[in-house]
Amino acid sequence: MAEKGLPLPKATSTGTTIVGCLFKDGIVLGADTRATEGPIVADKNCEKIHYITESIRCCGAGTAADTEFTTALISSNMELHALSTGRKPRVVTAMTMLKQMLFRYQGHVGAALVLGGVDATGPHLFTIHPHGSTDKLPYVTMGSGSLAAMAVFESGWTANMERDAALNLVKAAISAGIFNDLGSGSNIDACIITASHTEMLRNVEMPNQRVTKERSYGFRRGTTAWKTESVRDLIVSEEMTWVGGDAMDTT
Amino acid sequence: MPMERILSPNDPITAPKMPSLPASSTHITGTSVLAIKFKDGIMMAADNLASYGSLARFKDMQRLQAVGEHTVIGAGGDMSDFQYIQAMLDELIIDEFTAQDGHSLGPAEIHEYLAQVMYARRSKMNPLWNAILVGGVKDGKRIWKINLVLPPRRFLSFVDLLGTTYSASTLATGYGAHIAQPLLRTAVEGKEDILTAEDALKILEQSMKVLYYRDARSIDKYQVATITARGISISESRRLETSWSFAEGIRGYGAQTQ
Amino acid sequence: MPATISISQPQQRQFNPYSENGGTILAIAGADFSVIAGDTRQSEGYSIQTRYAPKVFQLTDKAVLAVNGFAADGNMFVKKVRQRLEWYRHAHAKDMPLRAIARLIQTMLYARRFFPFYVYNILGGIEEDGTGAVYSFDPVGSYEREACRAAGAAQSLVQPFLDNQIYFKNQTAAPGTSHPVHLPLSTVLSLVIDSFTSATERHIEVGDGLEMYVVLAKGSTAFQTLGGVRGIQELTATEDGEKVFIIRRELKKD
Repeated sequence: MAEKGLPLPKATSTGTTIVGCLFKDGIVLGADTRATEGPIVADKNCEKIHYITESIRCCGAGTAADTEFTTALISSNMELHALSTGRKPRVVTAMTMLKQMLFRYQGHVGAALVLGGVDATGPHLFTIHPHGSTDKLPYVTMGSGSLAAMAVFESGWTANMERDAALNLVKAAISAGIFNDLGSGSNIDACIITASHTEMLRNVEMPNQRVTKERSYGFRRGTTAWKTESVRDLIVSEEMTWVGGDAMDTT
Repeated sequence: MPMERILSPNDPITAPKMPSLPASSTHITGTSVLAIKFKDGIMMAADNLASYGSLARFKDMQRLQAVGEHTVIGAGGDMSDFQYIQAMLDELIIDEFTAQDGHSLGPAEIHEYLAQVMYARRSKMNPLWNAILVGGVKDGKRIWKINLVLPPRRFLSFVDLLGTTYSASTLATGYGAHIAQPLLRTAVEGKEDILTAEDALKILEQSMKVLYYRDARSIDKYQVATITARGISISESRRLETSWSFAEGIRGYGAQTQ
Repeated sequence: MPATISISQPQQRQFNPYSENGGTILAIAGADFSVIAGDTRQSEGYSIQTRYAPKVFQLTDKAVLAVNGFAADGNMFVKKVRQRLEWYRHAHAKDMPLRAIARLIQTMLYARRFFPFYVYNILGGIEEDGTGAVYSFDPVGSYEREACRAAGAAQSLVQPFLDNQIYFKNQTAAPGTSHPVHLPLSTVLSLVIDSFTSATERHIEVGDGLEMYVVLAKGSTAFQTLGGVRGIQELTATEDGEKVFIIRRELKKD
């Protein structure tokens, strides 16, 4: 359509730093919370770690609507799949559903995802690109802050990290995105997934609190000018005429 | 230096040997340069690769160059343009030396000169295709009235093909600006007056390593320049120690397990 | 060699001589003072080049210039304006008056009509009659004197706020009263700080640091206000009577 001269409306994109890393007992996912429309911050505290199943979560970068709908759809299908098989769903299942859907849409669904979770076969971490290609790696990053975050992983990640060390590394990776990439900002969300438990750490760090303003900007009643005034009575009153003589006997 | 270096890529003799490349990459280019401030001065690093498009063409390119007594410049981008700049600065330093007026050009002056040249060339729509870091230490100014000599001052600035300039306590060109700069900022900001040369070297080594892991136009062979009030030293080429053991456990890209 | 053989010349790469380096500037004129401010972030694309690159420059003790747009052009333009002001000093043994600097800037910008300095200029300071003044320019030299102006990346966020708070646009005065024509310095400084903290919240290219220059007319009563201001620094260079100060503040760094 764009080639035919029809300009497409600019979608809200999650400029974004999203990451995931493998550790001793599972997966840690991380995300910043800034959503942008061009150079404008559309949402200062959005959620980029989406629910797929209890022990599978997915970080989304790219077009906000695409990441939200794609993950919601796959989440729904995963639930149906779990119900019909009677088993705990696997991360590869979600990954395959996502890549097949994104490939079908040939990149027009602009979702760049970091998928992580723990299932019967152990912990798994994937990235899924908008065209449907996937990677399976021990630590991954996506979004405009991916280079900043990956630099942190490349210098800090080791195999079999402890939970706290892995969480701190993810925090450092997201921070690198927040403070060095203009597309990323505000707070850090993290999610720790192990075989037995999923812990969603919403706003685990808030390093960019809004400062208090120097002045207060209240307006005096009557500030806004008007041309005419009309007051309408919102109470409906109705006059009733009894035509049938005596009221009906309702005893 | 290899003989081929002086031949143009369009030379009818060498041209048939070269694969056809998009116009944007038919030049010899260098990748990132990194530099940081530390307690006693400036430390700068650049690898030794000169690429010809995606071909790793020369592995002995020197991208750090001393200019005068107090300054080192490091360049990314077109290497022929950089060598032209080196020749130009050599001439400048000789002219300045010949004057024997008791003055010598410091890093601030070299940077200003470069910025003017780069901006003038962009304004003629014929840019010198480089991003350059200028680092140095120049003895503090003498205030004659009260006979006070200020301590040596560190200088670190950037200039590129547009004539855009800026300074900071950590700088990086090319992919370094995206990959290494976040690491440099966390390691250096607020600690410029505490970090020793040893600390600074560790920080740069680590960043060069990460760049080698992730910048496809980089190599594990690099040099480090140290500029302090005592002078300039540019190291011999050295190798990065890298680790690829993480790859052991990787199987496939999706559902595959063995 | 036959003329038909053409040896291909090295192709000129597509070169764009301009870049956008983000940031925002603004200036507000009071009765006998002027405030000129800008953030200190310099960016290109999604990268921060530096957290400290000044966009506001003191020209004389009665003129301060803020430049925003393409940083290389901005720095070169300030350099050339300063050179012209120095020549003026050498020829006339005094600083060029503000309105003359404004006209000079117009001619210097228009001289490059067909290869413009990609820079939005805001000039603030004190006129010869002692009034606070702000002049704003487009990149090719169109200019006007105003009471306030915002320019740069967050112009569309800040200017409506200023129109509302300085010009009292869309605000009806309370019955029997009228809006003030000039605001006191303390109010102006608060509005400037709030403009920048707000722009930092909602524009990705604004942040890191804030520099506010305050120019006071000879014997300005606004001087008292500055006494309690945190981290203020005087920059006055001459004995002419006008005073220049700088106030720095941190802005968010994300």
